[in-house]
Amino acid sequence: MNFETTIGLEVHVEMKTNSKIFSPSPVQFGAEPNANTNVIDWGYPGVLPATNKGVVENGIRAALALHAEIEPHQHFDRKNYFYPDNPKAYQISQSVSPLGHDGWVEIEVEGEKKKIGIAEMHIEEDAGKNTHSPNGYSYVDLNRQGTPLIEIVSKPDISSADEAYAYLEALRERIQFTGISDVKMEEGSMRVDVNISIRPVGSDKYGTKTELKNLNSFNYVKKGLLFEEQRQQRVLMSGGEIGQETRRYDETTGQTILMRVKEGSDDYRYFPEPDLPSLEISDAWIKEIGDAMPQMPNNRRERYINELGLTEYDAMVLTQTKEMSDFFEATVADGADAKLASNYLQGDVNAYLNDEQVDLADTKLTPANLAGMINLINDGTISSKMAKKVFKGILEGENPAEYVKAHGLVQLSDPAQLQPIIDEILSNNEQSVADFKNGKDRAVGFLVGQIMKQTKGQANPSVVNQLLMKSLQAL
Amino acid sequence: MASQIDEQQVQHVASLAKLKFTDAELSEFTPQLESIIDLFETLEKVDTTGVKPMTSATDQVNVMREDVAVNSNQREALLKNAPEAENGYIKVPAIIDESGDAE
Repeated sequence: MNFETTIGLEVHVEMKTNSKIFSPSPVQFGAEPNANTNVIDWGYPGVLPATNKGVVENGIRAALALHAEIEPHQHFDRKNYFYPDNPKAYQISQSVSPLGHDGWVEIEVEGEKKKIGIAEMHIEEDAGKNTHSPNGYSYVDLNRQGTPLIEIVSKPDISSADEAYAYLEALRERIQFTGISDVKMEEGSMRVDVNISIRPVGSDKYGTKTELKNLNSFNYVKKGLLFEEQRQQRVLMSGGEIGQETRRYDETTGQTILMRVKEGSDDYRYFPEPDLPSLEISDAWIKEIGDAMPQMPNNRRERYINELGLTEYDAMVLTQTKEMSDFFEATVADGADAKLASNYLQGDVNAYLNDEQVDLADTKLTPANLAGMINLINDGTISSKMAKKVFKGILEGENPAEYVKAHGLVQLSDPAQLQPIIDEILSNNEQSVADFKNGKDRAVGFLVGQIMKQTKGQANPSVVNQLLMKSLQAL
Repeated sequence: MASQIDEQQVQHVASLAKLKFTDAELSEFTPQLESIIDLFETLEKVDTTGVKPMTSATDQVNVMREDVAVNSNQREALLKNAPEAENGYIKVPAIIDESGDAE
């Protein structure tokens, strides 16, 4: 029997706003436990939430990036459940009127392009964090409580683990370029829940779906789905039934393990949040936000190829992160040659970031200094060899022109200065000159080496070569 | 009016609200809840054609604050009100339930 697979993904993205969605407490990673909390986050009696305008704007940005329709009349709803990381015993979310609906992203798997629909996306608050201890207690940190989230729910358009992976990549890329989130799974700013079902090809009814938890990377999402797809096929082929259950992906064995069987749907007893006035999103507001949105990666790639003359590969690498893409554009805006800027960012800069395990923002490198160095290479002031030294300087935040001056790195390109040095080297190395006359080209390399040594590496190699050949032939 | 809710459903609603009822309480509350449901049945008879659903008690819209962070610096005071605290954390009896994270 042949089966077809249906996969659904719920993605939570943490926004990097200054303050929380309903309280002015700071949103900040790595603070002391409970330092970023106030009476609203703790759900004290009598406190009132107030909606963060920045969160609504970020939600609109995400909706625009995902081609979603934006709901003009929105309100918040309460989702009720008890858990220690949720002191109010409800989460403020959007159930009836999600911020956006009917969006899509385009994916490409094995050369095939496909649009994956987004059913709905809404803004809500995150819960706090529990740390379980073997001593019979849990420790609650409410710093994360109230961190703004956007939840994005896919339509049942995804039909393979590879498509799920590509969908997550596309989602992460587009959200990242809006600038509203770091979208890093390893830091929890992007979290993924998946469900999967299979049915015989041609059947008009979806099969029973299972949910997968503990998927801490895109790769685990893919592996977990592949395993689950095959497990469900084996169960059905052997005459069994799929249970409605939640399963945990085990990273060491690559298998999914039953966590619990779900009976009926969760009963969250949603009702409209009475403490928050509703939202009216005008077309003018949407337009204002849309006009100021950073350009999406696919548009940037087109521009890099068509206007800046980069290859498709270069354009792909430069748009892997918004940070890199913005840095590249700023370097070009500061007057650097696009191809050279691209080469430096993909080569020396990336190597440095990888070696040091840091992000561009953690370095003292600026687009202006990188552009300055590239221009010094371009106008012959420094050689690409000297540039290696200058590069170390600009990584420390130094101005390239001043660094070059301070370290005497200016390239000798003036024939009037170089010729006497060449003449001296030639008269001191008669054997090499004789070798050259006898057709041994290797002698040239030796002579160039001597000249570079004499000038402490400052001679412009191409000028030296020209002058040397001329002198040799004249002898 | 026909029975709208039975004791089993009342038990379920109670457990969702983390309440435990004795048998005596169950037989006391079930008819009470039933009369509340009857009241809403009566309300449902009102013709609301053309009336927009009301989601808020106020007609104010778009009351929002700017995205500015303010640190309360109230951690110690807040922790004093927790039943137990340790190293800046709220200490609670261990509850192992993976469904806790916002979903």
